[in-house]
Amino acid sequence: MFRYLVRRFLQMIMVFIATTFIVYSLMYLTGGDPIQALAGEKPVTDLQRAQLTVKYGLDQPFLVRYWNYLTDLLHLDFGTTLTGRSIKDILLDAWPVTMQLALIAILVTIIFGVTAGVIAGIRRGSIFDNATLVLTLIVIGIPSVVLAPLSQYLFTIQWKLFPTTASGNPTWYELLLPGIVLGSLSVATAMRLTRASVSENLRADFVRTARSKGMPGRRVIGIHVLRNSLIPIVTFLGVELGSLMAGAIVTESVFNVPGVGFQLARALKTEDTPLVIGIVSVLVIVFLVANLIVDLLYAVLDPRIRYE
Amino acid sequence: MTDIHVSSSPTGSGGRHLLEVKDLYVEFHTRDGVARVINGVSYHLDPGETLAVLGESGSGKSVTAQAIMGILDMPPAKIPGGQILYKGENLLAMSEEKRRQVRGKEISMIFQDALSALNPVFPVGWQISESLRTRAGMSRKDGLKRAVELMDLVKIPAAKARIKDYPHQFSGGMRQRVMIAMSLAMDPKVLIADEPTTALDVTVQAQIMDLLGDLRRDLNMGLILITHDLGVVADVADRIAVMYAGRIVEHADVRSVYKHPAHPYTEGLLDSIPRLDSKGTELATIKGLPPNLMRPPTGCAFHPRCKYAKAVCTTETPRSLDLGHGRTSACHFAKEMLDGTLR
Repeated sequence: MFRYLVRRFLQMIMVFIATTFIVYSLMYLTGGDPIQALAGEKPVTDLQRAQLTVKYGLDQPFLVRYWNYLTDLLHLDFGTTLTGRSIKDILLDAWPVTMQLALIAILVTIIFGVTAGVIAGIRRGSIFDNATLVLTLIVIGIPSVVLAPLSQYLFTIQWKLFPTTASGNPTWYELLLPGIVLGSLSVATAMRLTRASVSENLRADFVRTARSKGMPGRRVIGIHVLRNSLIPIVTFLGVELGSLMAGAIVTESVFNVPGVGFQLARALKTEDTPLVIGIVSVLVIVFLVANLIVDLLYAVLDPRIRYE
Repeated sequence: MTDIHVSSSPTGSGGRHLLEVKDLYVEFHTRDGVARVINGVSYHLDPGETLAVLGESGSGKSVTAQAIMGILDMPPAKIPGGQILYKGENLLAMSEEKRRQVRGKEISMIFQDALSALNPVFPVGWQISESLRTRAGMSRKDGLKRAVELMDLVKIPAAKARIKDYPHQFSGGMRQRVMIAMSLAMDPKVLIADEPTTALDVTVQAQIMDLLGDLRRDLNMGLILITHDLGVVADVADRIAVMYAGRIVEHADVRSVYKHPAHPYTEGLLDSIPRLDSKGTELATIKGLPPNLMRPPTGCAFHPRCKYAKAVCTTETPRSLDLGHGRTSACHFAKEMLDGTLR
């Protein structure tokens, strides 16, 4: 177990360095003139340009600049946006909102996707199974750029069940509809996965054994089948939670939710390179940690892989 | 051997057997049609006795056992006829809840591949004591204590230290012992072992067989041993029922079968056991394949593969002939086979 942890941790560091390097190089390669971007429409004199170049270390070679960025990052110093705001402050404001949203979305996924998947898996070929199959196919087929505005129109403008957009400091109620929209995108996947996992485990030999032991049907399914089916589902949910934490650019933009995805969209629109790099770097870390937790959970849930 | 005298006379009170399968029929309804996999099987079992049920894959030996346990998936399976009497009570007429009470507690079953038959995510102690906790009302601690005793009983070394181990951490033989310990948790009167040694090494096979034989004697259980390996059963079984295409083609005590098979199929099975003295000669086989149960052959189901087949075999299904001493054979020429005059 310890060796597994160490190996997994070393992997994580390597992936972190590789991804941040790629992000940094991409921003570097896209060119553009950072000093002109800083000045906006105003002209920049040669003297100012020379001063700013030294101030921001733009005269340094690429690798040195990457190194400086990396060490700053490890000191949790994300720098400032082009407009001079601390990126750290922006992230601290945006993160709790995105986490709230992700929590709602994952709960929606579990309550609807996993539950429906279990029922469909037990009653394969039933009306419920086929109806949910059609329904999930439809939901999978609708991209979020359509689903988010459509549900916003129907539920907030037409039927007035929810507020149309979130406020600067959104309440749970304001986040409910965006959360459901976000969650419904993974409901379909969660359901198909759960259904497949449950129906596969139902045919397993150990289920026959549990029945021969005289275990009642609800215990056979509730304990023996579900405990095994949980393994792929938890893996999926963990990775999904990781990507939900990374923010949902479309959903957050449509509902005006001031989360990470919203800030990222804004940073991209205003070509705020430091903010983009800052947000993406943190997203990389969040994603890596989520994956690490999933891998550890996997070892807890499936004893067979514990000592590899 | 000082074991129980082999007899076909009923023992116990009221002249009934511990377990009796009477004229059982099972069919599978599939999209391609109806497969009649059990066609009038009857056998019985008394306490402390071992009945070996022998046959190729698809002969219906496992399906019969699953019908006794009540773990057939219905549908697609259907039981259009027959009775399964346990202590005189027809299991097939019971409610599902009453049958569940019988499973594991009265009649218990172990399976071929213990690795897949045990739940991979629970420790063995948990699995062995599951019935004790949920059905006998034992506490977790008492259940685990009893699990250690059961693991000792099936001769798992250092049982106490291994109680929290998972199935994949055991060797094949030890895993099968765990399976046996689990099946004994509720002190069943009948143990059905469905090819318990098929997945194991030859040396381990013998150990498991010996263990099953000892347990049957010590606990006075009835043991139904399902196998396709005639070599495995010789030492342990009292009686043998040979199945072919969903019928019992020969039923006799084990010594008689080995000495003089009364059915050409049994003879074929015996001839196909490799022997040391037949070194260098080609191993005898039974030609052909088991019949398709969707479209069974007319007459005797074995006739397309039988080297003695005559005209009557293709038209008339042979009845089970009583050959005395509880011996039966479903061959038109059973008597001639015993006399050695069949050509």
